[in-house]
Amino acid sequence: MSARIDIDATIERMAEALHPMLKKRPVMVGIHTGGVWVAQRLHRALKLTDALGALDISFYRDDFTRIGMNPQVKASSLPVSIEDRHVILVDDVLHTGRTIRAAMNEIFDYGRPASVTLAVLIAREGRELPIEAQVTGAQMHLKKRQHVKLIGEPDRLAIEIQEVNG
Amino acid sequence: MSLAIRGGVLVDPANRVNAKRDLYIDTEGFVVAVGRAPRGFKARRTIDATNKIVCPGLIDLRARLREPGLEHKATLESELRAAVAGGITTLCCPPDTMPVIDTPAMAQMIQSRAWHFGYAFIHPFGALTRDLKGQQLADMEALDDAGCVAFTNAMAPVTNTLVMRRAMEYAASFDLSVFLHSEDPWLKADGCCHEGEISARLGLPGIPEAAETVAVARDLALIDQTRVRAHFCGLSSARAVQMVAEAQRRGLPVSADVTAHHLHLTEHDIGYFDTQCHVQPPLRSRRDRDALRRAVKQGVITAICSDHQPHEPDAKLAPFSDAEPGISGLETFLPLTLKLVNEKLIPLPQAIALLTQKPADILGLESGRIGVGATADICIFDPKALWTLTAASMTSRGRNSPFLGTEFRGRVSHTIVGGRVVFENGKFPLGR
Amino acid sequence: MRPDLQFDNNGRLKHFLTIDGLSRQTILQILDTAKSFISVGQREIKKVPLLRGKTVVNLFFESSTRTRTTFEIAAKRLSADVINLNVATSSASKGETLLDTVRNLEAMHTDLFVVRHNRAGAAHLIAAHVPPHVRIINAGDGAHAHPTQAMLDVFTIREAKGDLRKLKVAIVGDIQHSRVARSQIRALKALGVPEIRVVAPRTLLPTAIERLGVVAYTDMRAGLDGVDVVMMLRLQLERMSGALIPSEQEYFNLYGLTPEKLACAKADAIVLHPGPMNRGLEIDSAVADGPQSVILPQVTNGIAVRMAIMAIIMGGGTAETQPRRPEAAA
Repeated sequence: MSARIDIDATIERMAEALHPMLKKRPVMVGIHTGGVWVAQRLHRALKLTDALGALDISFYRDDFTRIGMNPQVKASSLPVSIEDRHVILVDDVLHTGRTIRAAMNEIFDYGRPASVTLAVLIAREGRELPIEAQVTGAQMHLKKRQHVKLIGEPDRLAIEIQEVNG
Repeated sequence: MSLAIRGGVLVDPANRVNAKRDLYIDTEGFVVAVGRAPRGFKARRTIDATNKIVCPGLIDLRARLREPGLEHKATLESELRAAVAGGITTLCCPPDTMPVIDTPAMAQMIQSRAWHFGYAFIHPFGALTRDLKGQQLADMEALDDAGCVAFTNAMAPVTNTLVMRRAMEYAASFDLSVFLHSEDPWLKADGCCHEGEISARLGLPGIPEAAETVAVARDLALIDQTRVRAHFCGLSSARAVQMVAEAQRRGLPVSADVTAHHLHLTEHDIGYFDTQCHVQPPLRSRRDRDALRRAVKQGVITAICSDHQPHEPDAKLAPFSDAEPGISGLETFLPLTLKLVNEKLIPLPQAIALLTQKPADILGLESGRIGVGATADICIFDPKALWTLTAASMTSRGRNSPFLGTEFRGRVSHTIVGGRVVFENGKFPLGR
Repeated sequence: MRPDLQFDNNGRLKHFLTIDGLSRQTILQILDTAKSFISVGQREIKKVPLLRGKTVVNLFFESSTRTRTTFEIAAKRLSADVINLNVATSSASKGETLLDTVRNLEAMHTDLFVVRHNRAGAAHLIAAHVPPHVRIINAGDGAHAHPTQAMLDVFTIREAKGDLRKLKVAIVGDIQHSRVARSQIRALKALGVPEIRVVAPRTLLPTAIERLGVVAYTDMRAGLDGVDVVMMLRLQLERMSGALIPSEQEYFNLYGLTPEKLACAKADAIVLHPGPMNRGLEIDSAVADGPQSVILPQVTNGIAVRMAIMAIIMGGGTAETQPRRPEAAA
């Protein structure tokens, strides 16, 4: 089922909300895979000069021993040093907060940022950790067994909601 | 107690019997009639052998009973019980006990211990050289008087060719048989499996076929020279079989046996280092196994033995090359041979002969047959009974077998030694 | 035959004992995972918390400083606690059986054993007897296998040459006694290398080696002709006393990799060696230090590859059939 969210408009709104940060010369980092797609759009919209960073949080997950190694681990790459920089961390969906916790742990293994601002395309209920986004594209209300996912390449993004069997 | 065995099919190859015949045994333990009861014969007990095969008690040319010296692995008592559980009424044990059987006292001790337990009968083999060291001759005549039926240096090679020649000449002068385990110790080196595809794959030190053929060639040349009656134990390679067959054609007095497992297993059964398949001589290629089977069919090899070697569990719980070789084989001796019949390699009477008449002939004994006047050593088995070998069900103290979990067709129901029922449907009526 | 010990009931890799039985897909997944660990090694903080709280024991019955050190570094970069046990000098030599040594260590709550032993099959024996949660990595068992070495070798080849399905590879040296060679052959085969050659005198070639799917050469120049990858093996000096080769000089003349012999291979061929090298015996310094050598990258790659293997087997393995992943916690 595709949800009726205008992704283009939402990302435009997010870029506008992030505009005031430009004077701090932020570095943008997206979380694989959906977060990187959103970050690429935002990076273009904000005309950031420093290259976009991408994080794969597989090595920092807290459920590693239960689920195991992700067979499609992508390398994390932060082309720019984040030491003392203002980081804009971008993800597609904020749900429990665990991915963001893992991403922050990983960022801090690369260096010590001056600040981290979280921007997410979609936020849904169900936080398990005290983590909130500073910039949220859209709020969605979903049942526990529904799974929302960003699909399509960066230029043809769409939201998909799947029913997950208990 | 006088005994009648009725309703079974008697398979007695030595007397060319393969038909429904009843058997009658007197109170002294001798067969008193085959077919019809003697007049006035009253059996104290009658065994119903309907749908069963009745054959001579099996004779195993090579079984290690671990006493004296290795009692942590097994004892005479435990292994003699395992033997009769497998239908075996006569066992030959090699002289490599500790101490070695190179004195009449040792030979007598083992026989009297066996007698005392009252299960199967033991024929010890005497040492060929003193302490099996391959240097000085053992007292073969004295050992022969003490009951040794053949002479062998067991697994210890006689590397000095001159000593081997002399030992054969000496044995020949008293008409004694020599049993040979032909293997060149330098080519064998520290090998633990066949040198071939599996050793190349697993990185295990291999024993080349040449280790056997070089030694067989040497021994055949000496047999030719000395004309001793010789027997090759546990042939493992096609080439060696060929050499023995050719020697037999030339009229040399040589016989040969093969272990029951070498007729079924190959190097491929080692899998990922299954130590149950670590045996000496090693399991070789499929080509070698098939040649051994053909040799049995054609009569180049006339006896099958168990090469029984019971071990404690730790002996096999080591990396392959460190594990001790050997299979606990008394209880699969008959089943593995019957498998050859089920696989249509040989007919049943030939299979029985390989375990009874022929081993007796090789040893020059009168056992292995059930004629009138013969000692009543009898095996009764159900040829159709299906059963699975499990560690828990084994009687031997050694549970080391690659056949654990294998289903077999053919199971011993009764074993009779000297007219006494020593094994019956899983129980030992006369034992403790 | 027993089912493959390396996999659990869900088909996931739980021990790393041999390349035998691993599919091309599994091997590539390990290589891809290793690639992402390379970047960890290039950061300031070279650690990730994957194995935090886990205990890794290096159980080396055979001495080896370099292999043990790379495993130690790999485990520490995964944030595991590492204990080194050089058993050669302790309980085993007092007559304790292999399994008893392992049992005693398990009682100290070890999660992963990295085992090196001088007998083929040792790692398999241990893996067959540890409790279900314990993992085993084979760091070399006799002449049978050294699978992590083969993995880092194919990783290095892939980095330099891309798709292995187009390559000709030659392995030169004491194949008979080499666990590295056996594992390399298995890995190259699984990855579809069309031509694998082994080059050695007859005395150092296993009987029936062709059954493993390789072509045997005793002439090194012919064996190297047109190959893309040259994998040199270490010659152990004991071989001379075992009547296997006559002398060091003869060996170097015939089987040592010199620039002149290397020229028989393709101009862009790469040279690997598992180390430590016997310069002037199996390899000439000019080649070892030359532009075609990838021997130093092998070492760096070795850490990343071993991290990947540890992570994969400790985390329940990569699935041969991917399990349905529960909703990724977002």
